[in-house]
Amino acid sequence: MELMDTNLGLVEVQKLEGHTDRVWSVAWNPAGDGVLASCSGDQAVRIWEQSELSRSWTCKAVLEDVHTRTVRSCAWSPSGKLLATSSFDGTTCVWQNFDSTDPEGMKAKSKVYHGMHLVHCLQHACGKDKSVWIWEILPKNKFDCAAVLSGHRQDVKMVQWHPTMDVLFSCSYDNTIKVWLSEDEYDGYNCVQTLSESNNGHSSTVWAISFNAAGDRMVTCSDDLIVKI
Amino acid sequence: MVTGLINENPIIYPKKERRVRTDSSNTDELAAEPIDQLEIFDILSLDIKDPEHPYSLEELKVITEDSVEVDDETSHVRVTFTPTMEHCSMATIIGLCVRVKLMRSLPPRYKIDIRVAPGSHATEDALNKQLNDKERVAAALENPNLVEMVDECLLPSDE
Repeated sequence: MELMDTNLGLVEVQKLEGHTDRVWSVAWNPAGDGVLASCSGDQAVRIWEQSELSRSWTCKAVLEDVHTRTVRSCAWSPSGKLLATSSFDGTTCVWQNFDSTDPEGMKAKSKVYHGMHLVHCLQHACGKDKSVWIWEILPKNKFDCAAVLSGHRQDVKMVQWHPTMDVLFSCSYDNTIKVWLSEDEYDGYNCVQTLSESNNGHSSTVWAISFNAAGDRMVTCSDDLIVKI
Repeated sequence: MVTGLINENPIIYPKKERRVRTDSSNTDELAAEPIDQLEIFDILSLDIKDPEHPYSLEELKVITEDSVEVDDETSHVRVTFTPTMEHCSMATIIGLCVRVKLMRSLPPRYKIDIRVAPGSHATEDALNKQLNDKERVAAALENPNLVEMVDECLLPSDE
């Protein structure tokens, strides 16, 4: 986005073409360096890189032939080295860039099977089977399911970790936002609060949750046409 | 598959006589002129037939010209349809057919909302919510059985 002198406005910098179906989600690589991932109904994920010299974006890799249905979302690990993608085909894939100087080396590291349909994000997955799964990354590219959280009465649309605390938030077609935390090491994650219409929550499907960097504000948006902070 | 039809004896209404349009160019690039209510109604009424009977939605009065609200400037269209029966379980299919037909006929900038006429269906709220949930619709359209049913209701539109 370019800031134009004293006028703040959104200016389209470039149109990235390549996907052949709706693009459901994009994710910036947190490690910086102008890398963006996009996932689409064409069952592929594309990695885009910004050239340092010309500042223009090109598609560096197409991750395809792994997911067999729409890829609904993608998310980078905090280190920026891993990308998780989830799909309507009920699986989450974790991709690693084997050669850090050449992003074309991204390969699917492991495939994790989950319930039905939608699955989400690194270290947590949510889905049409109304549950939230938490996955742990173990050494040697293995994944272990650490917990399955039930409670939502309809599809879970999105999950998001709090930026600083070990607390998980999930939102759903059932109009609520649930807050999960693990009281102690041996106890599993429990739902400690549900934000619904009765306590100032939304009155329709809650689609997304996001936090500010400090973690003291959360924003949610919903099918009830309201954005709440 | 249900063996008995939901609606055994549908009421058939006469097809409306088409108003003569000075600029009859339904097949023209829609970007040329603003899209209006009649145009969308034509798209929907001629080419969608009811899942159970060989009649069009217009003939069964499931949709009428007034069912369509369109605002070309904001690229928004809302279609309100009336299932023939209050407990019609075909309502989701009909809603999906309307959406698919519009998606295939309108420019991609359009936001499409589909709903059942208030008071016309027993599970109106749940139905409306489902018909407009983009994820559920996308997932449904990846289901080959559903796509087959929808395609059967939509006549090939190669005009």
